[in-house]
Amino acid sequence: MNLNQDGSNIIVVSDLVKKFKEVVAVDHISFDVKRGEIFAFLGPNGAGKSTTIKMLTTLLAPNGGKMVLNGFDPTREKDSARKSFGIVFQDPSLDEDMTGFENMQFHAVLYKVPGAIRNDRIGELLKFVELWDRRNDQVKTFSGGMKRRLEIARGLLHHPEILFLDEPTLGLDPQTRNHVWSYIKDVNKREKMTVFFTTHYMEEAERIAERIAIIDLGKIVAIGTAKELEQQTGTTSLEDAFLNLTGRKIREEEAGVMDHWRTMRRMFTRRH
Amino acid sequence: MSTVYILWLRQVKKYFRSRSRIIGSLGQPLLFLLAFGFGFGSIFRQAGQGDYIQFLGPGIIMMSVLFTAVFSGIDLIWDRQFGFLKETMVAPVSRLEIMLGKTAGGATVAAIQGTIVFVLTLIVGFRPVDWFLLPLAALFVFLIAILFTSLGIAIASTLQDMQGFQLIMNFMVMPIFFLSGALFPLQGLPPIMDVVTRIDPLTYGIDGVREALIGAGNFGIATDLVVITVVAAAFVGIGSFLFERIEA
Repeated sequence: MNLNQDGSNIIVVSDLVKKFKEVVAVDHISFDVKRGEIFAFLGPNGAGKSTTIKMLTTLLAPNGGKMVLNGFDPTREKDSARKSFGIVFQDPSLDEDMTGFENMQFHAVLYKVPGAIRNDRIGELLKFVELWDRRNDQVKTFSGGMKRRLEIARGLLHHPEILFLDEPTLGLDPQTRNHVWSYIKDVNKREKMTVFFTTHYMEEAERIAERIAIIDLGKIVAIGTAKELEQQTGTTSLEDAFLNLTGRKIREEEAGVMDHWRTMRRMFTRRH
Repeated sequence: MSTVYILWLRQVKKYFRSRSRIIGSLGQPLLFLLAFGFGFGSIFRQAGQGDYIQFLGPGIIMMSVLFTAVFSGIDLIWDRQFGFLKETMVAPVSRLEIMLGKTAGGATVAAIQGTIVFVLTLIVGFRPVDWFLLPLAALFVFLIAILFTSLGIAIASTLQDMQGFQLIMNFMVMPIFFLSGALFPLQGLPPIMDVVTRIDPLTYGIDGVREALIGAGNFGIATDLVVITVVAAAFVGIGSFLFERIEA
């Protein structure tokens, strides 16, 4: 389906399906992500963004379709797939009783980062996200932005080929959001790392991503650069393109407390 | 192996960091030792059973091991709620290693707690008859700790949140404690109680510790060891099976 059949695609997804009982959360989607690019899933809450990421990252088993991640099948070659990516989840996933350094150490051991280079690598990354001075403080004393930065550093620890970020800036103030994105862009440039993020912020997708997939109600309605999406719909902004493609506006406002609660409840109560 | 170690280390570190929890968890055993120990002491002696504190000591030590072990296992629910479980679930390590690390960590914490309560019993007046058999008592403590930590993990693997917690407390942990012979001798029980106490795995743990510390067991060391080892192995198996089925 794509011209890139020579291995320049780090992710190839075709006809992927996930159902929760009768609800089709991901409805036969297909897309590729090129090695080294910044790719975004743009869509409203509940569009199927997180579900797709969970399937790609081995946390959920799909009901149908095929996935290839860095040459591995996430449903069968789980450990090889797991070594290939780093991930920053939508909700915090740090141990708040442990220090920043200990959280990094824990990750390094699980990912078998050799002991000889472990501490150097942790130090390098903590300095990169400007948390070196706070390395011996318990994570519960960190601000939301600091926790996010620590999670990004942790996701990079084992030199993954691809970094997944699920709504990485949700609940952060605009200044912190910019800060977080500057790190992510830097990583993409310096380490030529593929970045795959989801967002429901229009301007983040437009500003950060090289290519955007617009996803709504479990289906991908369009893929391309922001420019291409505008041209395709004959509009002059990504916002209008989105409106044109989905027939509705994305919720631009900051996710409210209730949205947060709903997302959290969904994550805690859903097991299959 | 390093995975098991780092999970174990995490659990033990967290335990020593929560000092208020350690102190808080000593309140109940102390209360039981004082209220039951001194409250029933004279009746126990009049009935010709000897010093009640001597009898009660092992029971209260194992009670704290039971509670701490089950809760360390159930801790898993918090890891799920606070998202940390996902970090371990996407890691390229086997679920079995994670489960074993968590069991080892929880059991260690429970055993430490048991040791602290042992010191408490010494303060209240408990005296082991033979100090050289202390390692044997420690073995029983550790086996019971493993048994109930993996039971806690098994339960936590099937629960979504802390809502079922009261249920587990009232219908599982409390009965296991009260029906174990921690507080009363096993001789001369009504038939139904006799059966129930024999089903309770904690009974054999307490019996073993009593045998080791005051030389007054009921079933004999060998029986106690075999029963607990078999049940502990079964629970580790069940815990691993249920843990493996968790999807984050």
